[in-house]
Amino acid sequence: MARKLTRKQKRATFIVLGLAILGGAVALALFALRDNVVFFYSPTEISERGLGVGQRIRLGGLVEQGSVKQAGPATIHFTVTDLKDKIKVTYTGILPDLFREGQGVVAEGAIGPDGVFVADSVLAKHDEKYMPPEVAAALKKSGEWRPEGATGGS
Amino acid sequence: MFAEIGHFALVLALAIALVQTFVPLYGAHVRDRGLMAIAVPAAVVQFVCIAAAFMALEQAFIVSDFSIKLVADNSHAAKPLFYKIAGVWGNHEGSMVLWVFILSLFGALVALFGNNLPDALKARVLAVQGSIGVAFLLFILITSNPFIRLDPAPFEGSGLNPLLQDPGLASHPPFLYTGYVGFSMAFSFAVAALIEGKVDASWARWVRPWTLLAWTALTIGIALGSWWAYYTLGWGGYWFWDPVENASLLPWLAGTALLHSAVVLEKRGTLKSWTVLLAILAFSLSLIGTFLVRSGVLTSVHAFATDPRRGFAILIIICLFIGGALSLYAWRAPLLKTGALFAPMSREGALILNNLLLAAATAAVFIGTLYPLLLDSLGGPKISVGPPYFNATFGPIMLPLLFVVPFGPFLAWKRADAAAAAQRLTVAALIALAVGIAAYAVHHRGPWLAPLGIALGAWLIAGSFSETAYRVRLFRIPLEESLKKARHLPRSAWGTALAHAGLGVTLIGIVGVTAWRQEVVTAIPVGGRIEIGGYSLLLKDVRGLVGPNYQATEGVFEVSENGAFLTYMQPQKRFFPVEKQETTKTAIHTNLVSDLYVVIGDRDDEKRWSVRVYYNPLVPLIWIGVVVMGFGGLVSLLDRRLRVGAPAPARSRRLAAAQPAE
Repeated sequence: MARKLTRKQKRATFIVLGLAILGGAVALALFALRDNVVFFYSPTEISERGLGVGQRIRLGGLVEQGSVKQAGPATIHFTVTDLKDKIKVTYTGILPDLFREGQGVVAEGAIGPDGVFVADSVLAKHDEKYMPPEVAAALKKSGEWRPEGATGGS
Repeated sequence: MFAEIGHFALVLALAIALVQTFVPLYGAHVRDRGLMAIAVPAAVVQFVCIAAAFMALEQAFIVSDFSIKLVADNSHAAKPLFYKIAGVWGNHEGSMVLWVFILSLFGALVALFGNNLPDALKARVLAVQGSIGVAFLLFILITSNPFIRLDPAPFEGSGLNPLLQDPGLASHPPFLYTGYVGFSMAFSFAVAALIEGKVDASWARWVRPWTLLAWTALTIGIALGSWWAYYTLGWGGYWFWDPVENASLLPWLAGTALLHSAVVLEKRGTLKSWTVLLAILAFSLSLIGTFLVRSGVLTSVHAFATDPRRGFAILIIICLFIGGALSLYAWRAPLLKTGALFAPMSREGALILNNLLLAAATAAVFIGTLYPLLLDSLGGPKISVGPPYFNATFGPIMLPLLFVVPFGPFLAWKRADAAAAAQRLTVAALIALAVGIAAYAVHHRGPWLAPLGIALGAWLIAGSFSETAYRVRLFRIPLEESLKKARHLPRSAWGTALAHAGLGVTLIGIVGVTAWRQEVVTAIPVGGRIEIGGYSLLLKDVRGLVGPNYQATEGVFEVSENGAFLTYMQPQKRFFPVEKQETTKTAIHTNLVSDLYVVIGDRDDEKRWSVRVYYNPLVPLIWIGVVVMGFGGLVSLLDRRLRVGAPAPARSRRLAAAQPAE
């Protein structure tokens, strides 16, 4: 039988193999999604939800004016605000070129035991003309969305 | 004046594209040769019109005609000429013009060199190609007209995003678009075949060169983009699983699968409906990629447009073409008769496995890329899916595929002897084992998987060339005769070996940099030192510089290796006053095996400069491998049997001499 599979059996072999591989891939994808999804929160949402220490999130908002401070070699403290609530952030590394006070920023990391958000990556990839859509949405949610003033000019 | 001509040429192109869509389609339906023949001049004239529009736009950028809004918004008189030329596609409108320009170029090529295509198939292919042209020309004219005038004209333009002012990125879009749009040929052939209800080996012979051309261009385009990200963004990484990157990877994966299934169709006349489906999917993913990148739903240097009308318009185009093609497929695909039988263990079987795994990888990347967008558009929470997801899914799917790649070419069509194939790969297996052990001996500190990955890469390289070595009977007959045989081997055999080996080289690069990279992030004063990867960097000086359209702060590092002076490295931080934007200019010292990568940041209150240094072992191999892959595609493309428009008899003559490759 092994040598002389009928046409139908051969086709069935490939269909079963195909479904197994594709099904496996989708299962793998869903399983990986469950563990690796990072939620995006604004400072207001963080304080409302009472986020646990060590849970990885993306934090978005504006860098508060006058909050950026040097704290040791290549370590920087700043505050992210959605103009309603705010949270302190610490980051070690070189800030992106577009990082500026009063501008939109997205930081990925987790809240430390002292309540300070420890970022391991900071993104400010938007150009002068607009801010990251996530930040804009977070500002709209906090009711502080001012399309002209909030983008910091231009 | 030129702008008006360009605008008029675009409108004319739209009218011609409409004719090209409907007249030949009707002609093919009623079997009227005269009506079908209109497709050829229409495709050529459409190309000439769009080329004229493209040239008009180039002219406006080169002479800095700021009375045109697009030029005023995206160019500047002080910009170097090269970036004025490339500036045309450094913005939304211009890049769409480049898109239709390449689209019409492909159409014109089929029209001019498709003399031996059956009349009806040619007419239908050009009609489908014309309809894509209609959609995108309408899109340009209605939502993204590049020729809008400004009155009064400003004296100076507002400049091009400095991140885009880079040779790697300036040449990235033309390659990427040639790839994206090149799949439109496969799509047009697929839809035409569905309308005819007939797919045969000659159809596959026609589709393959176009797919190969598109695939080669896309491969190079992706590599250019990744290389650019590596040396400009200053994060030391080459691939971030960013949705924009995934958007280009998706059609590449589907296109790679198509390339392989088309071989089965050509040689064995089977896998018909699957190949047609892949052709539709490859271009659909290109369209989705265009949508993701251009609609502004993602934030990146690519998202020029935040005009929601544009995203919506592209979405409609996508739904029309993908939905239309898939419906046609559902309706007509059952007509495609199944071809020859084959055993699961055979070249066909191996290529099906390849296709299944590539399709699975495509699905995994697709889910990870679109799930956050879908969730967001349904009003769900905002989430991001990062590298951990892709590492957990893409890796496990691709690894088995990479492992079986060298077996494929050794398996015979129809029914193969797996044991014989394995035997012929003994040498490759031994080489892989030796390389793995060597890697473990040198770098035993890294993750235990790393030497295995390196061995897998070596297995791919050695295995790919085992097949050519076997076919020229290397070391079994005198070397001269082997060389003679090697010269007579079909180019596609060399292409296959090169492409597969390139994959192995890239894999080694990825494994090396992932497992053994070193990173130092610190702040040092002038005179400070950093030690990394056996190198010592001394910050000698930090000075100001003035470039053609920017000001820079430059750090001068004296690099020494084992106490001996090696080189100076000068990373910069540039400020572009016109665009009011800062960019990072990394300094990279490479010896083609590893990179030393230095980024300089700001000065802190204590006069220390923040510095980031990476030691990236094996990273150059990533791009070397991709170049080898692209070169393999090119070599295959030059194969006599695949030559675009090569008459069929040439193939049968050669078939007797050479066993078909890949």
